[in-house]
Amino acid sequence: MTAPHGRPRPDGLPRPSDGLTGTSHDPDARGYFGSMGGRWLPEALVAALDEIADAYDKARFDPEFLTELDRLAETYAGRPSPLSEAARLTEHVGGARILLKREDLNHTGSHKINNVLGQALLTRKMGKRRVIAETGAGQHGVATATAAALLGLDCTIYMGSVDTRRQALNVARMKLLGATVVAVDSGSATLKDAINEAFRDWVTNVASTSYIFGTAAGPHPFPMIVRDLQRIIGLEARQQVLELTGRLPDAVVACVGGGSNAIGTFHAFLDDPGVRLVGAEAGGDGMETGRHASTISGGSVGVLHGARSYLLQDDEGQITESHSISAGLDYPGVGPEHSHLAEIGRAEYVSVTDAEAMDAFALLTRTEGIIPAIESAHAVAAAVKAAAEIGPAGIVLINISGRGDKDMETAMEWFGLDRPDGVSAAATATK
Amino acid sequence: MSERAPGSTSVLDDLFAVTRGEGRAALVGYLPAGYPDIPGSQAVMRAMLDGGCDLIEVGLPFSDPVLDGQVIQAAQQRALAAGTRIADVLRTVESVTSAGGRAVVMTYFNPVLAYGPERFARDLAAAGGSGVITPDLIVDEAQFWLDATEGAGIAPIFLVAPSSPMDRIVLTAGASRGFLYAASTMGVTGTRDQVASSAPELVSRCRQATDLPVAVGLGVRTADQAAEIAGYADAVIVGSAFVALAGGPGGAAAVAGLAAELATGVRSADRTHQETSA
Repeated sequence: MTAPHGRPRPDGLPRPSDGLTGTSHDPDARGYFGSMGGRWLPEALVAALDEIADAYDKARFDPEFLTELDRLAETYAGRPSPLSEAARLTEHVGGARILLKREDLNHTGSHKINNVLGQALLTRKMGKRRVIAETGAGQHGVATATAAALLGLDCTIYMGSVDTRRQALNVARMKLLGATVVAVDSGSATLKDAINEAFRDWVTNVASTSYIFGTAAGPHPFPMIVRDLQRIIGLEARQQVLELTGRLPDAVVACVGGGSNAIGTFHAFLDDPGVRLVGAEAGGDGMETGRHASTISGGSVGVLHGARSYLLQDDEGQITESHSISAGLDYPGVGPEHSHLAEIGRAEYVSVTDAEAMDAFALLTRTEGIIPAIESAHAVAAAVKAAAEIGPAGIVLINISGRGDKDMETAMEWFGLDRPDGVSAAATATK
Repeated sequence: MSERAPGSTSVLDDLFAVTRGEGRAALVGYLPAGYPDIPGSQAVMRAMLDGGCDLIEVGLPFSDPVLDGQVIQAAQQRALAAGTRIADVLRTVESVTSAGGRAVVMTYFNPVLAYGPERFARDLAAAGGSGVITPDLIVDEAQFWLDATEGAGIAPIFLVAPSSPMDRIVLTAGASRGFLYAASTMGVTGTRDQVASSAPELVSRCRQATDLPVAVGLGVRTADQAAEIAGYADAVIVGSAFVALAGGPGGAAAVAGLAAELATGVRSADRTHQETSA
């Protein structure tokens, strides 16, 4: 695959620009994927969304923009990310051959940089000098602050005050990068409230400010733009799996909060009917407790943060609080394209509890020497189940969306790593 | 509850015929139902009527009010924490209309979807409500809502903003009934020292698009500000200033006092400007 604007990569792998130019499964003109998506937000923001949509329509076929995106992705963010054979994990599970797409190795430690570089370049193209973003785990906030430093943009990040505490390291990184970090105390003081506050900033400062949305959710055109910028994950992985194994995987597994890494991974496989697409949602304390963030598995359709999609709500449409050990998945909404894929049965969404995710966190660490983000550990847990079901003849691809450095404090607490016997708690997870 | 005619768009048409006849703007007061508690909110709304509000905007409290500043956010959270349900909101509308007042509901849209749009429109009309202001519903998504409100005979009231281009003002005004809500400034609810300079310009653009009355909200707290807006708009909407008083020590009496001041304000405006711009 080669983009028309650049020379092919020597290794023949796709480039990020291929995710923008190779349009497929686009929403309709009003931003709907089937019955999901659209624009459910104040009129005051419609002009700004139209401006972004127009800028994006031009940029996605503008050779100069695409070349710059590819250049930054390769020389700055470190693309392409490798595909790792998880031999010891495979042996441990005793099922399908497990392969890992290594988005954790990107600059800033997750897939978020893929999206942010594109949207920051788009901001510059629109002539705006200030960017805002929401963040849960802090990965998107760090990525946005990084791109803002790189391109010389003013940057403000909104983060729930619960999350600023559990992700203190990422708060420090954002500040060091020059961003203003605003801790949001309203509501549940997590990601949903950070998004509310970012919308409030945007509606006030829309003339000077671009909102770099972090996930493939929100009002049209965000779900499409973020997806296209993340499509490189699946485009690369599909080719890498083919080259390594000579065939397509039986299942592709990714974690789903808002769903950007998952949609970016799934997309290249949508037209491969033999490939199961599995989204791992955060199950918190368990679906039966009601304390979870499994929006598709345990929610219903409504409108939140600009889109018609599945969400967690009570019988009167009040948004209910989500619960997850993972700040990045602790969100009561989900991107509309995932809701659509669930509705048409193309992708399946499963719920992974905190305990299952932390077991998988330790398991991947002990078998492969890869400490994943707790978000990504949800995907590992779901993939281990899928691999056991599929059996030794099969192949399972997991997107490791981020690395776990930011989660050390949570891990210390969970496994009691600061206690003399703490290490054994982690070790039992691999038994 | 007493017998009362169901609310309808014509209640709003009649109101603006009266205020235009009197050469003044209407005064609209907002409060979330259930704040500070359910009986308290009903008492405060009666105080607004007693003080001189022509129309009450009954807020349906929502968990994620993205267009509201801190004062109204906090009031909605408290109303929800006190267990306010949609049935309570409808009963609060009924308490306003039973007292001889006019009422519309202001609501984010997800609760309406959950309740059922047709059912919501019907039940609101039965409670005597005349219309629904929907700050996060744009006309592009609203066809089913236009059908539901038309069926129930109540007014769908949409917002326009300083950022709205002329074609969207025309589109939005064309779908609105009763009045058009002009958000005077880019931003969230909350009182401001000065009314944004973008307000007269926005109202003037609305006048080019529609004969509907144009109501201006976001930021008003003083009689002078009310008089200034009444100089070019058909209605002045006051929210945060009432909400702040409703939860304070003065309670309903303080709210009635502010309403009386603002009612004087909307009657003391220099309307000559409007004649030329209308």
